[in-house]
Amino acid sequence: MNGFFDIPSDLQHSYLGLISWHMQEALIPVLFGLVLALPIGLLCVRLNWLYPPVLWATTVLYAIPSLAFFVVLIDYTGLSRLTVMIPLCLYTLVILVPSVVDGVRSVPEETNSAAAAMGIGYVRRYLQVQLPIAVPAIMAGLRVATASSISLVSVGALIGNQGALGNLLTTAMLYHRPLLAVNSVVTTAALAVLVDALLVVLRRVLTPWQPPSHGTSARRTSTVADASPLPESVS
Amino acid sequence: MNVLNFMQSFFSDGSHWHGYDGIPQRVWEHLQYSAAALVIAAAIGLPIGLVTGHTGRGGNALAFVSAGARALPTFGLLVLMFVWLGLGILPVMIPLVVLAIPPVLITTYEAIRSVDPSPVDAARGMGMAEGKILLQVEVPAALPLILSGLRSAAIQIVSTATIAAYVSLGGVGRYIVDGLYQRDYEKVVGGAALIAVLALLVLVLFWAVGRVAVSPGVRRRRAA
Repeated sequence: MNGFFDIPSDLQHSYLGLISWHMQEALIPVLFGLVLALPIGLLCVRLNWLYPPVLWATTVLYAIPSLAFFVVLIDYTGLSRLTVMIPLCLYTLVILVPSVVDGVRSVPEETNSAAAAMGIGYVRRYLQVQLPIAVPAIMAGLRVATASSISLVSVGALIGNQGALGNLLTTAMLYHRPLLAVNSVVTTAALAVLVDALLVVLRRVLTPWQPPSHGTSARRTSTVADASPLPESVS
Repeated sequence: MNVLNFMQSFFSDGSHWHGYDGIPQRVWEHLQYSAAALVIAAAIGLPIGLVTGHTGRGGNALAFVSAGARALPTFGLLVLMFVWLGLGILPVMIPLVVLAIPPVLITTYEAIRSVDPSPVDAARGMGMAEGKILLQVEVPAALPLILSGLRSAAIQIVSTATIAAYVSLGGVGRYIVDGLYQRDYEKVVGGAALIAVLALLVLVLFWAVGRVAVSPGVRRRRAA
């Protein structure tokens, strides 16, 4: 373990400091992505024709390599955390918008009609009826988005040390200390797993009516969105 | 707009179109890395996904493994492999394959699981062998979803293969990494545009494969 937690002083952060910096750079974009995805998803459900173009646009944004995105943004936002966080936020949309749309579409028609008959207006129905039912689908998307966001922050190391734990990678190459690279990968992966577990707990808290785990009977009907491996199910 | 100007001057510069550092050469390299990574990931992910999906066993283990693979930072893995293994194609392939396996594996598993059980039971009742049921009943019905898993894997690979340039290999990432160090934004923007176009081509390709490979009956049912 010699040297494992010895962070070179030119990073100007302790190990814990790097972790908290990494979490900020990874999670704030996801939060903003969710805030953006909710109204966009609502619009896509409301206006069917809007959904395919939105999917294509987010997919193209998603396809732009993070490094290129960062470098282009340097012109506008400089070497700041914002330069890393803006692309990450846009990337989350390709996962979150379909999750929101699929989740809201999975709300049974009877439920919608009942809510409408009770005189609940459209926006309130979205917020109080449809979104809670869509929580499992949205959470599934959120898990994928968070994992990829945590992993992508590291690339920020290539543009002037904005990669938090990823900065360990560049110093590992600079000083020929492979252990620092191991540290970076292991810590990042551990953070991703930890946050993922927290999201699972959060989903259970938010959907108390759901059984804690998939019973065998629910197996066949489990939606793909629940495993949510697909960032963009254009199908 | 700034970005569009960069793009225009990058693509209209004749010297960018031929030679060792030309666009055709770089795109060709990029496609080679991407295709190799996708084929390896599919060779690993598809059979496991199909078998676990068919038997319905090991789903939790599968979710666990792919969550773990997803948690690994691709860029970190690349640098780590580079530090350990040195220059070469292997340190690039490993992170790309690790990146692509979770979508292939989980989507295939879920696709097979979500096939309507009644035709499967009917096939079993007619005395079809299990292997035949999987390949002739379940796979055709699950094909659109399986393809969508491969598609998202392919797009992630194409976009991420740029980092190969960071450890001295070629590909379109060369423009982005070199442009970064030369402060030549024209190159960076041009490279990014090339990747975006490649990703769109992947979308089109998979759409076309879907048109050809998916049986019309399945397509109609999904459309309905």
